[in-house]
Amino acid sequence: MTDKKLLMGNEAIALGAIEAGVQVVTGYPGTPSTEALETIIRYADRCGIYTEWSSNEKVALETAVGAAYSGAKAFVTMKQVGLNVASDPLMSLSYIGIKGALVLLVADDPGPHSSQTEQDTRAFGHFANIPVLDPASPQEAYELTKLAFELSHEFEIPVILRTTTRVSHSCGDVEVAAAEPAPVEASCEGFVRDRRWTIFPRLTAERHPWLERVQVQLSERFSGLSCNSVSGSGKIGIIASGVSALYANEAFRGFEGLFTIFRVGTVYPFPEKAALTFLKGIDSLIVVEELDPYLEEQVLQLLGKAHLPVDVYGKKNGFFPVSGEYNVDIVIDGINKVLAGLGGALRLSHASPAVSREKLPPLPIRAPTLCAGCMHRTVFYAFKQAAKQLKKDFQADTIFSGDIGCYTLGNAYPLNMVDTCLCMGAGVSIAGGLFRTNPEAKHVAFIGDSTFFHSGIPALINAVYNGADITLAVLDNRTTAMTGHQPHPGIGITALGSVSKAIDIADIARSCGVGFVKAIDTDSLGSCLEAAKEAMKFEGPAVIVFKGKCVGITKSDKRYNIESEDCTGCGFCVKQLGCPALFLPAGEDKPFIQGSCSGCGLCAQICPSGAIRIRG
Amino acid sequence: MKYDILIAGVGGQGVVLASRILALAAMKAGLHVSTAETIGMSQREGSVSSHIRIGNEVSGSLIPVGQADLLLGFEPAETVRNLLFLRKSGKVLVNTHAVPPASKPPGSPDYDPAALLSFLNAHCPGILCFDFTELAEEAGTYRAANVAMLGAAAGTGVLPFSEETLQAVLDAEIPEKYRAVNRAAFEIAMKQISGIS
Repeated sequence: MTDKKLLMGNEAIALGAIEAGVQVVTGYPGTPSTEALETIIRYADRCGIYTEWSSNEKVALETAVGAAYSGAKAFVTMKQVGLNVASDPLMSLSYIGIKGALVLLVADDPGPHSSQTEQDTRAFGHFANIPVLDPASPQEAYELTKLAFELSHEFEIPVILRTTTRVSHSCGDVEVAAAEPAPVEASCEGFVRDRRWTIFPRLTAERHPWLERVQVQLSERFSGLSCNSVSGSGKIGIIASGVSALYANEAFRGFEGLFTIFRVGTVYPFPEKAALTFLKGIDSLIVVEELDPYLEEQVLQLLGKAHLPVDVYGKKNGFFPVSGEYNVDIVIDGINKVLAGLGGALRLSHASPAVSREKLPPLPIRAPTLCAGCMHRTVFYAFKQAAKQLKKDFQADTIFSGDIGCYTLGNAYPLNMVDTCLCMGAGVSIAGGLFRTNPEAKHVAFIGDSTFFHSGIPALINAVYNGADITLAVLDNRTTAMTGHQPHPGIGITALGSVSKAIDIADIARSCGVGFVKAIDTDSLGSCLEAAKEAMKFEGPAVIVFKGKCVGITKSDKRYNIESEDCTGCGFCVKQLGCPALFLPAGEDKPFIQGSCSGCGLCAQICPSGAIRIRG
Repeated sequence: MKYDILIAGVGGQGVVLASRILALAAMKAGLHVSTAETIGMSQREGSVSSHIRIGNEVSGSLIPVGQADLLLGFEPAETVRNLLFLRKSGKVLVNTHAVPPASKPPGSPDYDPAALLSFLNAHCPGILCFDFTELAEEAGTYRAANVAMLGAAAGTGVLPFSEETLQAVLDAEIPEKYRAVNRAAFEIAMKQISGIS
């Protein structure tokens, strides 16, 4: 019996995967993809699904590949930049193909809201010869997930379900097959030895024609699918995929007669036959898509091939923004530019707001900040002081390389402690490179615990092997905090909650041959500062593992107070730390500590007049 | 039928929960719903907003400029930051309890909540301003300010579903441990607002 549920796009995808009979699920957390695997964890026991948080996306994909080689249905989740990490196995896998089924959820992030790049996985699928489905809403995400498993099984090829933030993180009423997912019944036949599983140049040469044939077959199949739909009968065509199609529909509401819209659900391989039928019925074409001009290029190519006289308006000729997230208003502006070019009088109209933009007063900047009581703040502050001391004593500059996680926020005012940040694990290797070109400076890299396991270890080994004089500060708050507190190899608990071996980061550093390894907790600023100085003075790679608690998941009853009679109003605590619990009201000279204080005591340790004391 | 609600606040104020409760209430009333939330980096003390679109048309989850029927401002500056979404004669409810930014980066304008509140009063006829944080604190915990604002919204009678529907969803969604205090915050706020609106 079907049921209607309020589901986030990622939850709908999880339920679709379970219904499709998924048996093995792996992934690495990354916004906006994380909740898909988290939802499957909730049902894993009941439905008999093996689920793990893997140490990184490459490992996740390869684990799923092993399962799919054995005939199981496997599912891997990651954000778009995670696909870069997993691209090595994926590129080879397309030639080998799979048995069972293998679906990848890859969540793109136009904007970007929480990512380093605005890359477009539709184009990645094209490059890798991997089919890509692109849902517009949680309901479509649920349905296309099931379709992805069917296609993967039938064509023996991995399939990418590509979402964007506004699909993964939208909630909507979704009609699902059953109120609660049923146990997965599928079994797998197990691994059967075959030369097809071992890639060699000769095998690749044999398989390449097959791979190209599958692309043609998939394009044919896609042209007949209902997720590629044409509606309307106007002479102005619109082509769109994903959530952009919904924006386009809303933009021309009330003028449906003028437009014909082709919504593409299977973006790669491009459904050429269905597209041609659509293109033959229109005079001009507007392309509405976030990120790359992917559909635009597909259409331009097809129009050229078919010698069709249709004018195309998109990103390439300046009618739509080439970057950033779209919305209805942006789409209205783009369509109006085209309408103006076409010469008619009609324009789509924006709603007029209650208060116009020009009247709005200037507003304070509210930048994301490390939480009140976050252990990272103590470590950043300690290194800031250590670097100042080194500058004073030896005139040595210190360059701080950051990494990906909550602690990227160490770049924010007033800490200003992140000089570089590129991608997961890069801080350690970049510090090594900076050392080669700035040997007179000190080089400190910050990395989180989960990121260290993800991709920090090879970089640390490289620093030891090639003798880079760097200090690595591991910010070990015992969780993957930024993405919502997932466990990782250092915790000793798996995604399913069972106990496993907790891997010690200091032990890893020692076994990599690091000559200076220290593990300390972050309660005392003084000890952190001493450790930082010692490590920075050490010649050769040095590692300090700073251990603390993430205030997002631990509760403390400790609170601090500023004693008004002792406070001189110097503002040192507020200016130095940027802690959200410290607040200096406009027009007053003495700050106070708000309810969000979690009792780390860092402010008490730096107060020049000892006015900050534990409460009660 | 269409009814668009925008909730504006700061990470940690319970914007996502409030949005979920409104969406579930809409569904319970037999309406189609689509929401968009801020999740990820911005949740760390940053600006957070949630769009809730209720109605029969399947739309993208982002409300276009000038179309929100109701703006629930959990905080004065964030209310103004999202004011552009409010339609002409749309309703505004604002929690006057300011949440100051954690730091003042160079170039950031001063935060003057009183000035922003008088701006809102001058430009949004029918606006309801109230310290819902204080009200929630009196009911038992300042954390229930989000639920108090839902009670206030119910009290104005503008929501496209009944107060009973909303209350039923609230009871089902809030863990038993916190139910009584949230219910109290909801009811006090509802009464306060139905008295003045």
